[in-house]
Amino acid sequence: MTKASIEARGDLRLTRLTKSYGDFTAVDDLSLTIPKGSFFALLGPSGCGKTTTLRMIAGLEEPTAGSIYLGETDITTTKPYQRPINTVFQNYALFPHLTIFENIAFGLRRRGKSDVKEAVEKVLNLVELPHLAQRKPTQLSGGQQQRIALARAIVNRPALLLLDEPLGALDLKLRRQMQIELKWIQKEVGLTFVHVTHDQEEAMTMADTIAVMNEGQIEQMGSPADLYDNPETAYVANFLGQSNLIKGTISGNDGDSQIVDLFGQKISLPKSRSHAVDNSTYAGIRPEKFRISLLETPVKGNVLTGGRIEDVSYIGVSTQYQVEMPWGQELMVFEQNDDGVAPFKKGDAVNISWEPAFTFGLRGDEDATAGSEVAPEVLDEE
Amino acid sequence: MSQKIQQAPIPTIPLGARIQRWVGRNLIKIYAFIAFTYLFIPVAYTFAFSFNDSGKSNLIWKGFTLDNWRNPCGAPEVCNALGNSIKIGLIATIFSTILGTMIAFAIGRHKFKGRSTSNLLIFLPMATPEIVLGASLLSLFLVLEINPGFWPTVIAHIVFCISFVVVTVKARIASLDPKLEQAAMDLYANEFQTFRRVTLPLVAPGIAGAALLAFSLSFDDFIITNFNSGTLTTFPKFIYISAARGIPAQANVIGSAMFFLALTLVIVGQLANRRRVR
Amino acid sequence: MRKIRTPYLLLLPGFAFLFTFFILPIINLAQTSTQTRIPGGDTGQYEQTLRFTNYFDAFIENREQFTRSFVYALLATLLALAISYPLAYAIAFKSGKYKNVLLVLVIAPFFTSFLLRTIAWKQILGEEGFVVPTLRTFGIISDSTTLTSTSFAVVMGMTYNFLPFMTLPLFASIDRIDPKTLEASGDLYANGITTFRKVTLPLSMPGVVAGTLLTFIPAAGDYVNAAILGSPNTKMLGNVIESRYFRVVDYPTAAALSFTLMVAILILVTLYIRKVGTEELV
Ligand SMILES: Nc1ncnc2c1ncn2[C@@H]1O[C@H](COP(=O)(O)OP(=O)(O)OP(=O)(O)O)[C@@H](O)[C@H]1O
Ligand SMILES: [Mg+2]
Repeated sequence: MTKASIEARGDLRLTRLTKSYGDFTAVDDLSLTIPKGSFFALLGPSGCGKTTTLRMIAGLEEPTAGSIYLGETDITTTKPYQRPINTVFQNYALFPHLTIFENIAFGLRRRGKSDVKEAVEKVLNLVELPHLAQRKPTQLSGGQQQRIALARAIVNRPALLLLDEPLGALDLKLRRQMQIELKWIQKEVGLTFVHVTHDQEEAMTMADTIAVMNEGQIEQMGSPADLYDNPETAYVANFLGQSNLIKGTISGNDGDSQIVDLFGQKISLPKSRSHAVDNSTYAGIRPEKFRISLLETPVKGNVLTGGRIEDVSYIGVSTQYQVEMPWGQELMVFEQNDDGVAPFKKGDAVNISWEPAFTFGLRGDEDATAGSEVAPEVLDEE
Repeated sequence: MSQKIQQAPIPTIPLGARIQRWVGRNLIKIYAFIAFTYLFIPVAYTFAFSFNDSGKSNLIWKGFTLDNWRNPCGAPEVCNALGNSIKIGLIATIFSTILGTMIAFAIGRHKFKGRSTSNLLIFLPMATPEIVLGASLLSLFLVLEINPGFWPTVIAHIVFCISFVVVTVKARIASLDPKLEQAAMDLYANEFQTFRRVTLPLVAPGIAGAALLAFSLSFDDFIITNFNSGTLTTFPKFIYISAARGIPAQANVIGSAMFFLALTLVIVGQLANRRRVR
Repeated sequence: MRKIRTPYLLLLPGFAFLFTFFILPIINLAQTSTQTRIPGGDTGQYEQTLRFTNYFDAFIENREQFTRSFVYALLATLLALAISYPLAYAIAFKSGKYKNVLLVLVIAPFFTSFLLRTIAWKQILGEEGFVVPTLRTFGIISDSTTLTSTSFAVVMGMTYNFLPFMTLPLFASIDRIDPKTLEASGDLYANGITTFRKVTLPLSMPGVVAGTLLTFIPAAGDYVNAAILGSPNTKMLGNVIESRYFRVVDYPTAAALSFTLMVAILILVTLYIRKVGTEELV
């Protein structure tokens, strides 16, 4: 068992993984599969259980229930040092008493590898810091420490690399630069990366697959484009980018589409993109999918009439409009400033239209504000 | 506007105000300087009187001589007492450091039933005045019909040093980031290797500090020693006993020499440590 | 399984040692304290008669020394705190790269035996020293006033000897304060004194508690300073216990006094820790 586990390779499978602290459940009945060789991002707000999940995968925390498989090997109770898994810790956890070289060599030496020097030099070149080999960790900048922490992990060629917000402490520029490097290194060495972050942009740009986590559970998992274009819950729709969610009732079918009644106006929505369980639903449209037109202009696709422009903010590449609808809701619209059409003015009466295929449907009993950056309820409490 | 500022005369601050301001800004440093002076007056006195050409009683300045430094064992018993103190100090330090470090790791690194009782047991010897420790141990030795002397003294010293070692080492363990040990485990080090390669090197300065503290407490102890050493003489005991008829200047020589030796050792150790961290 | 046993195995040797040479002696001390002299027996021969009035007698007879022990120890502790706090603060925040050197200097006097240093004080403050004649020349003290053999000398000696025990824990906790918190306090409209009262002092409280305990406890049981720097009028409880053991060979009284001292200190310490509320010391 001990020797076998360290050689284990393959997909990482979590089945019904649960972690409770007293009567608080940090990770709640989590099941997911991370394919070998993929760049997997675990995304979610602070305190949702990301770190706890990673620590269970690394073996630093014992699950309350459920199991962890790597390929065919059950590693649920395997000691951390017997798992072919390495972690890049949130604050690096470099050994202060060892040089950079010895920090990186640590894992190789513990496993009695022979070509330590060569391997360390190679990985130092990969992270472009070969000149720092003899320094101590305290003599490195934050970004350098981060790269050494990465080197210390990947030099072991683990089956799985866990990264717990490794870029959290970096400034924006270095962060972007490191994101590109990380992605490049992952392709270069071909490891499975599990990357934890609460920066949605970071997850979108880097990952093949994103899992959005909330309160210990996975809300939705898929490719970045999937998650963005076809969110299944209000939480995901609001957490990844912004969404307009309009309350409605499913009033009929039209081939592959549903007809949805939004406060008396009918629109159509592809059945494949509807996640409603009964007649009540929310129709969701991303702000950049909307088109605004003056009342007299003819339009195609889904149309909502009776809007009035409430606010116009010009942000260079696009213009952001707040449009008040007859039922009192304000919709957000992003218009590219690419064509010569004059922007609309505050107070203009307008129609809003969009391609039916961009519509997504959510369950009608959801909280439409879940996952928004500023939840209105929070504001009210003040 | 800017011209006006240039033309304005540079204000001169009166000397009195400047002194006042300097004192105000450096008040705490001046205070520290005075405190250090207070600490070192008797050390300086002891050092100065180690050069006194005093004969038997080293009370009044009689003239400068290097004889005492040339012949530090010149006074009867003094080097014998010093040797005893060093021997007792070393043995007590070794045992109390080992036992205390083990306790510190148990308390600082493990959760177990009886942890707070253990903490109390460690705190009690520190909360017991030396005279009570010494007297109670002596009564026990008397009951067991063990004669006071070298080993009873060693045992007594270990008793009061252990707690100080535990507290010092525990503080160091507490300041250790548990992530470092987890990182070691993550990098294929088993429990023993993690301890040997990460925990121990990081706690080592604390253990060294604890050992140094234990030695200095033992070396300088008089009260407990006085109760348990019987006819054996240690350096502090030698001084106490000879105080009545006059302390030979050789005692000052040894006291001063120990002072400079310790100072050198600690500073060298600090420098070495600093280089290692670098 | 192994995990559960490890801490106990680590504790075993040390605690076995402490049990044998600390707990047992204290129990033995308690037993001795209620013994009485064997009628017609030799000096130093006692039998157990459970005579608890030993405590009462010992206390009544020595209540003056008892009070003195606690008053002197309290004074020495307060003085040491007043001297050490600014000193520790200066070393922690104002010493720059000399921090370690200064810290070593605080400990260094330890190595010149404290007895030598105490005797040095006796001579410095004595009739042959330079302090008394100087003070007399300037008329600050009268010709008949002496500095040694006084309460002043004893308290000063104790303050001096236990100063490092106060400074080191104070330094340790002040040094741990992030200077940024002090800046933040200033940024939030606190002046120097308010910053000290509301930020520095609370954060250094563990050091204050540890330092005062490490000074007060040995000071209350001390007899060396009183013996060297004092007079028969400044005798402390420690002097009595010592002479009961070695000169009078009255073990029960000595044991009763020791036990009373220990319990009194434990009660005071417990109340004190309750009041200032810290668990960091132990
Ligand atoms: N040892 C513990 N005892 C009790 N609760 C804990 C413990 N560790 C974590 N938690 C709780 O479990 C929840 C999940 O914590 P976790 O560290 O996994 O969050 P996270 O998603 O990594 O958050 P962040 O983005 O802020 O790092 C939190 O609510 C946290 O308070
Ligand atoms: Mg986290």
